[in-house]
Amino acid sequence: MRRSLLFIPGNNPAMLQNADVFGSDAVIFDLEDAVNVLQKDSARNLMHCYLETHPNQPMEVVVRINGLDTDYYQKDLELIVSDNIDSIMLPKARVVYLNQLDEMLTKIEKEKKMKKHIKVLPIIELAVSVLEVEEIVKCPRVDGVLLGAEDLTSDMEVTRTKAGVEIEYPRARIAMACKAYQIDAIDTPFTDVNDYEGLLKDALHAQELGMNAKSAIHPNQLDTINKVFLPTEKQITWALRVRQATKEASEKGLGVFSLDGKMVDKPVMERAEKILMKAEKFGAI
Amino acid sequence: MNNKVNRFVPEGYRPFVSSSDYQNKERKLIKEKKQNNKIVFLKDIKEVFDYLNIQSGQTISFHHHLRNGDYVQNMVSQEVLRRDLKDLHYAPSAIFPSNAILADLIKNGNVTNVDTNYLNGPVSDVIGEGYLKGMLVMNTHGGRPRKIESGELPIDVAFIATPTVDKNGNGYGGIGKAACGSLGYAISDLMYAKKVVLVTDNLVDSLDRIELDKKYVDVVLVVDSIGDPKGIVSGTTKITKDPIGLKIANMTAKLLDEIGLIKDGMSMQTGAGGTSLAVASYVKNIMLEKGIKGSFASGGITGYFVDMQKKGLFDELRDVQCFDIDAVESYNNNPHHIGMSASKYANPYDDPVVDYLDVVILGATEIDKDFNVNVTTDSYGKIIGGSGGHSDTAHGAKVSIITTNLIKSRMPIIKDHVTTVTTPGEDIDILVCERGIAINPKRKDLLEKLKNSKLPIKTIDELYELAHSITGEPKKLNLSKEVIGVVEYRDGTVIDSLYRK
Amino acid sequence: MSDIQKIGSAGSVESNDCLVTISASDHLEVEIQSIVDAFFHDQIEKVVLDTLKEKGLNNVKVSLQDKGALDYTIKARLLTAIERMEAK
Repeated sequence: MRRSLLFIPGNNPAMLQNADVFGSDAVIFDLEDAVNVLQKDSARNLMHCYLETHPNQPMEVVVRINGLDTDYYQKDLELIVSDNIDSIMLPKARVVYLNQLDEMLTKIEKEKKMKKHIKVLPIIELAVSVLEVEEIVKCPRVDGVLLGAEDLTSDMEVTRTKAGVEIEYPRARIAMACKAYQIDAIDTPFTDVNDYEGLLKDALHAQELGMNAKSAIHPNQLDTINKVFLPTEKQITWALRVRQATKEASEKGLGVFSLDGKMVDKPVMERAEKILMKAEKFGAI
Repeated sequence: MNNKVNRFVPEGYRPFVSSSDYQNKERKLIKEKKQNNKIVFLKDIKEVFDYLNIQSGQTISFHHHLRNGDYVQNMVSQEVLRRDLKDLHYAPSAIFPSNAILADLIKNGNVTNVDTNYLNGPVSDVIGEGYLKGMLVMNTHGGRPRKIESGELPIDVAFIATPTVDKNGNGYGGIGKAACGSLGYAISDLMYAKKVVLVTDNLVDSLDRIELDKKYVDVVLVVDSIGDPKGIVSGTTKITKDPIGLKIANMTAKLLDEIGLIKDGMSMQTGAGGTSLAVASYVKNIMLEKGIKGSFASGGITGYFVDMQKKGLFDELRDVQCFDIDAVESYNNNPHHIGMSASKYANPYDDPVVDYLDVVILGATEIDKDFNVNVTTDSYGKIIGGSGGHSDTAHGAKVSIITTNLIKSRMPIIKDHVTTVTTPGEDIDILVCERGIAINPKRKDLLEKLKNSKLPIKTIDELYELAHSITGEPKKLNLSKEVIGVVEYRDGTVIDSLYRK
Repeated sequence: MSDIQKIGSAGSVESNDCLVTISASDHLEVEIQSIVDAFFHDQIEKVVLDTLKEKGLNNVKVSLQDKGALDYTIKARLLTAIERMEAK
């Protein structure tokens, strides 16, 4: 369960040094777009040495490797996959790539005698991936899906706008697919790092469509994101009341009961528990 | 001899005892100077030296509001060089890189003693190299007026850069080509120097507002230019964009809120740095959210506080020095933007404004496990600043907070012992850095208030360990033991010594 | 190919980074320029020497321009410089 995932360029020592202080639920160390092709080796070594020095991070450690259609991903995986990371983010994800990645990870986990089972966060940034998303969420290890709107809109040959009409459909479709398999639907980053109002609007809208987390490209965006994807006080109060009423009802042997004139049954109870779990995890109660 | 913070005090100086020790002594006041003669208007610095018969061995003072654009100190220094006067004692309220010519005077023995509150640039270099024959004394903003009014620092001639002077000899800082706003740091010099020279480039018939009363003035020197406006006030000072600075600022504001300091009638002071302003901006948001109205903000005033005052978040601004053009503009036009002298700001014996502060946000180049703070030297012992109002506000405010990065270029900011003590740890209540908050264990009340806080509250030793685990252990340097000066606490005692490079 | 042409370099002079250059030589030589030299010279040198030892390199010249890099950064930059040298 995540709310915020912060991108940190993999070849930037000054930013690496402080990656853990900003309070994002996950950090995505980027070996892909943030690293110049001439510095892929440098970034990989830096990440490797950094991760060795920081085995127990307070947040989820995700590494975005280079795509399976490049010459770099194999070396990325060989050097980066270890018990020091939690997840691999795969750009330009396709079902076929995800299956390949699973095989490679299984092999590395065995060779390195790892304790961890590495999770995978695919990025949906090709039109074809949007169509495949129902299959992608079923792939092994997939634990959340990120919408990559910049590449997707360029693949679609449409203009990327702040209002985001052009990504309405992929957002909804990804959210639906993720929720169907109870994994995280992670929204695309908001790229104007100085527009906090725009960010808030964008995050709220993504949430309305079913996204439950958002990636950030600047630490200053995290406050907003963490707030938007945290249950509201009203929701928490409601959920606590449902929990209490459920307890009282079950003492009376009731499976279904009514609260404020509305029926409370199993799905409602589950929804309340989900809200409380999230609120507890992120320190809201 | 070592003082109560265990620092060496050279012979002939009084050792620091405690930050409240001044209360055991009476205020000492020499007579204000009186000027019954007619004020003389002159056009050449040479004439001023002749008229006042400025001699070797005298003490000459300046104020620093024209900051890095100041021509007045340099103009006087040129004339000192030309006449080859020797053994002068300079007492400017601050020395900036633009005052580089003073480095030559020190090397030549024209100037052999210096009193100042803040020092950086080439003059710091030559003093650090041991060229000053006498002593460098680093004062605080409140200590300097105390020292002047008590006669401990007798001034022969005060050269006061004055942006506008009227034909009667009154002065004002808010208008003119070199307008700099409040002239707070010049007031003690004006009242107590044996001779007072206002140096201006803007002579007018009359002034609506007067900061410098003609009754103290001997000479008005009218020149083409007293300073470069570009170096005097900066453009609008801006909030930092650095995510670490913002994170620290955000935590600080939340902390203030949890302690219960963000309430009606609150008063606060921050520096003009980007992180300090960011604290102000987060505090502002909380004030707006909760509909809180503060009483005053003080210190060097920036456009940011001008804006907060205009929005009704503070009743008044108490301004000793304007930091930017917005502050100067407001100083001229806003009746709630009130000037104050350095003495009224920070002199321990003048019922100072700092004593009424709820909160002050301060910086640090180093802090140690005893919460002693250094803003005077870097970790090599090189002088890079000085207290200014640091120790004054830290003592006066109910809660003093240091905001700083825990690590700067691999250097952990928390030390076993700071290189130089500027402000004693007994007056520092809280340290906020990106990896946590440390409360001075002496502040049991604050620890109690924060015991259920979700903020990352740690001990300073824990933060020390954390920083060192990231950076590694820096080697201890063997710094020189040759004393070149002292850091004088606001009460005139010596809190630490300064050493040759 | 003579050993003299074997050279590799990695890193930058941005803050918290370092620029490392390594070249083949007839003896071991480590040259360090650092903004925190007075405090961390020995520690930086140790990282360099340990890494060279790990890679079995004895006759190389390493020069390092440091802007306050942490140990893992120094090690990573040196490793990359070595790989780049050896790729030539």
